[in-house]
Amino acid sequence: MEYAIVVGVEFVYAIATLALISLGLAIVFGMMRIINLAHGEFMVMGSYAATVAVHHGVNVWISILIVPPIVVGLIGMVVERLLVRHLYGRMVETMLATWGLSLFVVGLLTTVFGDTTEGVPTPLRGIAVGAYQVSGYSLFVIGLTVVTMLGMYALLRSTRFGLLARGTMQNADMAAALGTDTSKVYAVTFTLGAALAGFAGGVLAPVSGVFPSIGGSYIGRAFITVIGGGAAPLFGTASASTLFGIINQIATFASNPVYGEVALLLAAIVLIRAMPQGITGRFFRGRL
Amino acid sequence: MSAPLIETRALSMHFGGVQAVRAVDFALAEGELRCLIGPNGAGKSTFFKLLTGQIKPTGGQVLFRGTDITGLEPHQIARLGIGIKTQVPSVFNGLTARENLWIAAARHHRGKAATAAVAEQIERLSLGKFADKVVSQLAHGQRQWAELGIVLCGAPHVILLDEPAAGMTEDETVRTAELIREINRTHPLIVVEHDMAFIRMIARRITVFDRGKILADGDVEQVFKDQAVRDVYLGREAAA
Amino acid sequence: MNLGLACIGVIGVALLVALPATLDLYELLQITLYAILGILALSLAFIWGYGGILCFGHSAFFGLGAYAYAVAVINLGESTLPLLIAIALPAALAAGLGYFMFYARISDVYVGVITLTVALILYNCINSTAGPEYHIGEALLGGFNGIPNIPSLNIPFRPDAQLEPEAMFVLSMGLLLLTYFGLTALLATRFGRVLVAIRENEQRVEFLGYDARLHKLVAFAIGGGLAGLAGCLFAAWGNYVSPTAFSVVQSAQIIIWLMVGGAGTLIGPVIGCFAISWLTLKIGTQQFVNANVVLGAILLVFVLLVPKGIVPLLSERLGSWLLSHRRLTQLPRNAATQESKA
Repeated sequence: MEYAIVVGVEFVYAIATLALISLGLAIVFGMMRIINLAHGEFMVMGSYAATVAVHHGVNVWISILIVPPIVVGLIGMVVERLLVRHLYGRMVETMLATWGLSLFVVGLLTTVFGDTTEGVPTPLRGIAVGAYQVSGYSLFVIGLTVVTMLGMYALLRSTRFGLLARGTMQNADMAAALGTDTSKVYAVTFTLGAALAGFAGGVLAPVSGVFPSIGGSYIGRAFITVIGGGAAPLFGTASASTLFGIINQIATFASNPVYGEVALLLAAIVLIRAMPQGITGRFFRGRL
Repeated sequence: MSAPLIETRALSMHFGGVQAVRAVDFALAEGELRCLIGPNGAGKSTFFKLLTGQIKPTGGQVLFRGTDITGLEPHQIARLGIGIKTQVPSVFNGLTARENLWIAAARHHRGKAATAAVAEQIERLSLGKFADKVVSQLAHGQRQWAELGIVLCGAPHVILLDEPAAGMTEDETVRTAELIREINRTHPLIVVEHDMAFIRMIARRITVFDRGKILADGDVEQVFKDQAVRDVYLGREAAA
Repeated sequence: MNLGLACIGVIGVALLVALPATLDLYELLQITLYAILGILALSLAFIWGYGGILCFGHSAFFGLGAYAYAVAVINLGESTLPLLIAIALPAALAAGLGYFMFYARISDVYVGVITLTVALILYNCINSTAGPEYHIGEALLGGFNGIPNIPSLNIPFRPDAQLEPEAMFVLSMGLLLLTYFGLTALLATRFGRVLVAIRENEQRVEFLGYDARLHKLVAFAIGGGLAGLAGCLFAAWGNYVSPTAFSVVQSAQIIIWLMVGGAGTLIGPVIGCFAISWLTLKIGTQQFVNANVVLGAILLVFVLLVPKGIVPLLSERLGSWLLSHRRLTQLPRNAATQESKA
């Protein structure tokens, strides 16, 4: 029984991490149809922000939860202004440019911080469940992911910005004709996506190591989740993370994490063949 | 009485709540030139796309010479001999007009025969003046005629045209009507159009669409005298 | 046979003959590497610039070819069959991937993301195979350490007659020229011209009765096979291969060659490859600037400011005598026309 709980927590944790790392990418893709190939690097910068903050004595919770989204959000704002804005509508060029950015950032981080792995200590201890241990931090991450998703839902559903953003997402020309400053909406959306990426990086910093090229380990799974999920940022992320998270975990249990990722990729490819528009292209159409 | 060239049986298309095409029965005979007209939103373009395979119907069948072609991919339908010209000009912008036609002809001819087929259509449609210019640099009307050339080089048995005179000047429209009448001497056609003057120049038999169904069907004079058709175009309140 | 092609042929053959006599061993080895990477550049130039297939993970085929050769030659002891396997396996992977992507008619963006992810995951996979339990036959996969002591190519069916550096250069340069002229010839056939037409307007090509999905699948398989060939030569050249052959950075480099040289031609990417490879070598010898920073900056600059690349830019000044085939006047597949598909 306790074993079932422990396994259950691991499954939910896998789903939650997948959702967390994909959310920022999904919002930018769902709203702006842009794939930001520097998403992994935004996460890494979030991790580094958390690490630097901790090493400078800032409270660990603030370092993990507050500092990264602000820092990376600001960086995202600058990137949008200088780079993304000039390539609107040209999705492939945007992918290439953000790829150049990601290389640049990796190089920059390597130059500044060096190649070695930094650490942020896990601020929560394990919780005993019968004879087993469940990581308290894992439960925290799960809870945080749920709160974040609900928060995004509330933001997009209930605020003025959310309404403008959804309108722009569904019909940018119409929104502009009605007086919405669509470029401002895009700027805020991209900044939000970057902040979410930074947030994910900060939260996951204690769990995975922090080194310049770790972005690569995040983006593969994030891309698969976003593409599999389809155009709806929240329902897509939720449904795809659940599906792929479960597949990933089963494969990981059967063999190891690397093959878990392979299973994830194969599942995604098969899914795309059957549903080229992703899950929310077929189900949950018209939802957020 | 031979089988119709193109036939639809109870063809339907639903998009969510909207029924764009509702159980339409249609038949085109060999050698015929049929015009499809109707107000905006009547379902003509959707019907057209169902014939070309661009969308798959939610009900009913499309038949070509008695064979069921419902649900086939566009390239399979094209291979059966159905030539298609869409509403938005669909050409190879980076290639010259001649190269555009060559791609079409190369499916049916090899080497010199392909070049000869291309030359023949260039001659027939008077594309000679701009045959070696890159298509993206052509005027709109010239691009439309080039596209007609592409369709003809594909050696079709029947030709479907969606708004061939769209965006053309009066002179170009007259020329296009001439071309279509000339093409009809050897090929049957279905032409979807809005431009009434153009319709009068080419039409023999007209099918009127309204809200997904066929409202009227007959020769030009008959259809234009039909009160129901006039209501649909002028609006019932205006007529009342 | 036009003037530009003839020039390239003459220069190529001249280099083939003259370089072994004039360069010292180290330089010859370097030039051999450039020739091998040139084949890799051509493989992506074909599928991206002419086929419109935006493969962001091309290193997957390169790495697969390299590893396939390594594993096969270590097990079989003779290099002829391994060479063929190194071409066939990536081609098969490309065909399989192509089936799932092109027959689903997914947009360019999805193709880019999926191919990138395939390369990423392949990298992660191979990277974690350190340890004696990971082997295929007698070949230890080695994980992040790679596979050392890979036998060089030998004269077919004579495993004791391994190729000397001069012979390796002649082979690589020869294959580069063969690939270049072979692709040029292929692009002049009906298949090649239809492929280019698909890049221009896939819908119109289908309305003419061609199966665009199949054309793209075949082109993708050819590109994958050629990349595998380059991978095989690479492994044989250095007698060593590591997971970096699969890396995202490697994929990015190939695309940078295309962006710099000009994605719409065949010769442009080869020139871009030579230039960037030389630059990367120079950067590697100093400590001030990180290679990723430079590569990233180059990609950014070219995408934003010089999207056509250098060769088309120059050729528009010098006229078309350098080039043998139609130039593009825009980046492959105007992204705007893909809006509705995404």
